[in-house]
Amino acid sequence: MAKPRLATIWLDGCSGCHMSFLDLDERLFDVFARAELVYGPLVDAKEFPEDVDVTLVEGAVSTEDDLRRVREVRAKTKILVSLGDCAVTANVPGMRNPLGPKAILETAYASGVTGASAAPSEWVPALLERVQPVHAVVPVDVYLPGCPPSADVIAEAIDQLLAGQLPDTAHLASFG
Amino acid sequence: MSVVTLVIDGHDVAGQSGQSILSVAREHGIAIPTLCHLDGLSEVGACRLCMVEVRGARRPLAACVTEVQEHMEVTTTTDELTDYRRQIIELLFTERNHVCAVCIANRHCELQDLAKALGMTHFDLPALNPSAGVDASHERFGIDHNRCVLCTRCVRVCAEIEGAHTWDVRGRASEARVITDLGTPWGESPTCTSCGKCVQVCPTGALFEKGRAVAEGKERRPYVPFLVARNRRS
Repeated sequence: MAKPRLATIWLDGCSGCHMSFLDLDERLFDVFARAELVYGPLVDAKEFPEDVDVTLVEGAVSTEDDLRRVREVRAKTKILVSLGDCAVTANVPGMRNPLGPKAILETAYASGVTGASAAPSEWVPALLERVQPVHAVVPVDVYLPGCPPSADVIAEAIDQLLAGQLPDTAHLASFG
Repeated sequence: MSVVTLVIDGHDVAGQSGQSILSVAREHGIAIPTLCHLDGLSEVGACRLCMVEVRGARRPLAACVTEVQEHMEVTTTTDELTDYRRQIIELLFTERNHVCAVCIANRHCELQDLAKALGMTHFDLPALNPSAGVDASHERFGIDHNRCVLCTRCVRVCAEIEGAHTWDVRGRASEARVITDLGTPWGESPTCTSCGKCVQVCPTGALFEKGRAVAEGKERRPYVPFLVARNRRS
């Protein structure tokens, strides 16, 4: 039987959840003995592949690019995992929601220290009006809150996912 | 005071007339989740987390404000009650901006603990994300309304224990805010004694002491019952 295909993706987050994933340390050998890592910041692959079994999504949906990518990932993944508070609640990226993207961009660029007269309009994706958790835009199968979820929590969840089970994360992980 | 016998979760228990279901349950080691309740302060039934089922009652009753009665039959945990409690936590989280990761009370927060105890992994309701505001005008303390759950512990401890009655609640529903001296900035409050009791009893990071960093926490001193006991003696 072919190994399950595992992917990770980094939307609007600080990469702390990926760091926590790396904190599996020697347990990563077990994970990669059981699964093939086919996409993510830790893999040199340009396009998100077809037929992925499990994708861990870090980060909130903040830009048009985040939205396009998470929809593509959802279409090509059997089990989608919201990894960490940004993916689950919008968390820190969502703190701009009470202000709106226009005010944020003006503060960061036009009146900021960069010397720019306005926010960049090309090469960077446009901000969405509201930062949203992943499950607000695509269906999510497993929620793993935490900022970040600890390596132990991620290890436990991955262990069950690679065994073909949906982990019950209700008493495994918590916010913050 | 006469003795009242009743049944809670199938256990025969005894309390005194006038005592609340919550108080009798806790005396017998039966846990009921609460948020607005604090030993030593009056009960307001604001959070509704302690709702229990009482045989013969048409709706769930808040255990903190319902007195025990002879032959009462109380159930503290059912799937339906747990579902209600989870809905309450979800409403609290989505009504304001509770960002645990950058909160002074991270891992010292009763709202966060309740979410974990009730097994919350995410919220289906969209967040309201209001601009709830911060009052940092007081020299030593601050209030971040984004983290307030309107439990009114601050209002009660200030009025009932400190005797200053600086705090009150203004507005209704999602517009409700705790305020100092009818809306005067806290730093200009003529009645605040800067005792810090409100900060101590706040279950979340809404009321905080300045100069403490994220997750550095709030000291938890369960001293309100001792102050009450001393007041009664003197």
